[in-house]
Amino acid sequence: MATVEELKLRVRELENELIKCKQRRSSEEQNQPRGRIERMSAEVVDSNPYSRLMALKRMGIVEDYEKIRSFTVAVVGVGGVGSVTAEMLTRCGIGKLLLFDYDKVELANMNRLFFQPHQAGLSKVEAAEHTLRNINPDVVFETHNYNITTMDNFTHFMERVSNGGLEEGKPVDLVLSCVDNFEARMAINTACNELGQIWMESGVSENAVSGHIQLIIPGETACFACAPPLVVAANIDEKTLKKDGVCAASLPTTMGVVAGILVQNVLKHLLGFGTVSFYLGYNAMLDFFPTMTMKANPQCDDKHCRRQQEEFKKKEAERPKQEVVQEEEEIVHEENEWGIELVSEVTEAELQAASGPKPDLPEGITVAYTIPEKDEGASSGQTVEETDQSLEELMAQMRKM
Amino acid sequence: MADEATRKTVSEIPLLKTNSGPRDKELWVQRLREEYLALIKYVENNKAADNDWFRLESNKEGTRWFGKCWYIHELLKYEFDMEFDIPVTYPATAPEVAIPELDGKTAKMYRGGKICLTDHFKPLWARNVPKFGLAHLMALGLGPWLAVEIPDLISKGIIQHKEQQSS
Repeated sequence: MATVEELKLRVRELENELIKCKQRRSSEEQNQPRGRIERMSAEVVDSNPYSRLMALKRMGIVEDYEKIRSFTVAVVGVGGVGSVTAEMLTRCGIGKLLLFDYDKVELANMNRLFFQPHQAGLSKVEAAEHTLRNINPDVVFETHNYNITTMDNFTHFMERVSNGGLEEGKPVDLVLSCVDNFEARMAINTACNELGQIWMESGVSENAVSGHIQLIIPGETACFACAPPLVVAANIDEKTLKKDGVCAASLPTTMGVVAGILVQNVLKHLLGFGTVSFYLGYNAMLDFFPTMTMKANPQCDDKHCRRQQEEFKKKEAERPKQEVVQEEEEIVHEENEWGIELVSEVTEAELQAASGPKPDLPEGITVAYTIPEKDEGASSGQTVEETDQSLEELMAQMRKM
Repeated sequence: MADEATRKTVSEIPLLKTNSGPRDKELWVQRLREEYLALIKYVENNKAADNDWFRLESNKEGTRWFGKCWYIHELLKYEFDMEFDIPVTYPATAPEVAIPELDGKTAKMYRGGKICLTDHFKPLWARNVPKFGLAHLMALGLGPWLAVEIPDLISKGIIQHKEQQSS
């Protein structure tokens, strides 16, 4: 048994420890990484967080890098791809970030980048905002912890996309889809078609060895509903792919690559340098990056997509015809030591072998599935019979069963 | 795609006609009536075939659904609560059915207890928009999932029969 003296000593020890903890904590709080920086400086000093970015101007890559601070980007889905995307944009000094996610950080996420074990249990948007603000306090953050596919949240999501810009009331400049499911992608697609909002879609396959990014300009390029989802051809026999007992695999590498090509495309699009990709795939098994562009489908199921297409057509017709001076230089590889050459497209016969009509796609890109044209004959099966019963009566009938 | 029995069951569920989602106001009410008609017919069919296995009801807007499903294994009935929201993009995208009490008990689930459907389900649904409704979701999505997962979970001892548990 401990004596009173011993216990007193122990209490004093613990009190001292507590004081130390408190001191450490307050010094951490005071020791804020840095204050806000009003103007981006190009001065090359160790203390300037933007010097290496501003060097892009000096090197003639980007004309006006500071412009990045005037842009707002909404990131939907702050998981393996979205969190890294948000971090890259934060480090690049984006003006404002809106983060949407309804999930919590879990230990099962630790095979991916960004989140840390001590954040387990926190909402992803809350944990992400904390880390990102620490990295760059110049960025304005707005977070929403909800599922955008339900009615109420969707209305709010649309409202934030149209009014959540740096200056309240202005739309965001770009929406990035970093979600992991078809429903959320379709919801973003619906919202962006209605609002005429430019967005980029990104995805990593469930087997973790391929991914893609896609730029969608409503009315101009194919929207997400214009064709069945475009995926990077797996080159893996479906029969050998074991799915027993698991829903999805993930790798930090593939997700990092996809986040990287996504943000690269965002920077090129916003800051106006290089060529912006409309679709860029990544096949990790073969280290192959197929690209393509796809026009909007005039028969798209989304009526707002069709409306945007009409508006785009009108705009194009009104626009004075510009003499486009093609300055494309033919690329001549003087040496081809390894005999690399472009591989021919898929043969006609291969395409027809597919069950439904398949859009004309370059090698390496395919559709997740095909949809037969309209109904094969009359829709097989009976449809619901007409009835005089009201919805309330039907609800009551169902409840009584 | 699906086995012969499932195919026959599905062929007896009436198809829906109205292509409208929860954001469509009046047309949505029409769609909801069709949903209920198809569900009622499906439950009647199940009862007639001595294979009654679920009940569903919704809030009055028809945007949130909840109910029970059960599975008979070795003469014992295992019952679960289920729930789902109608996504704004319905019927272009199917709802994600959740059985919250099984969350974390099987890998064939996403967060929140949303069941992980087979690779075949989404293409099948996409090819049948807007004719498939919630009754089809039950028959082609939840039904086959329960048939595979529940016996497995029982055999692994992860779920126990509720009466046995309490006794």
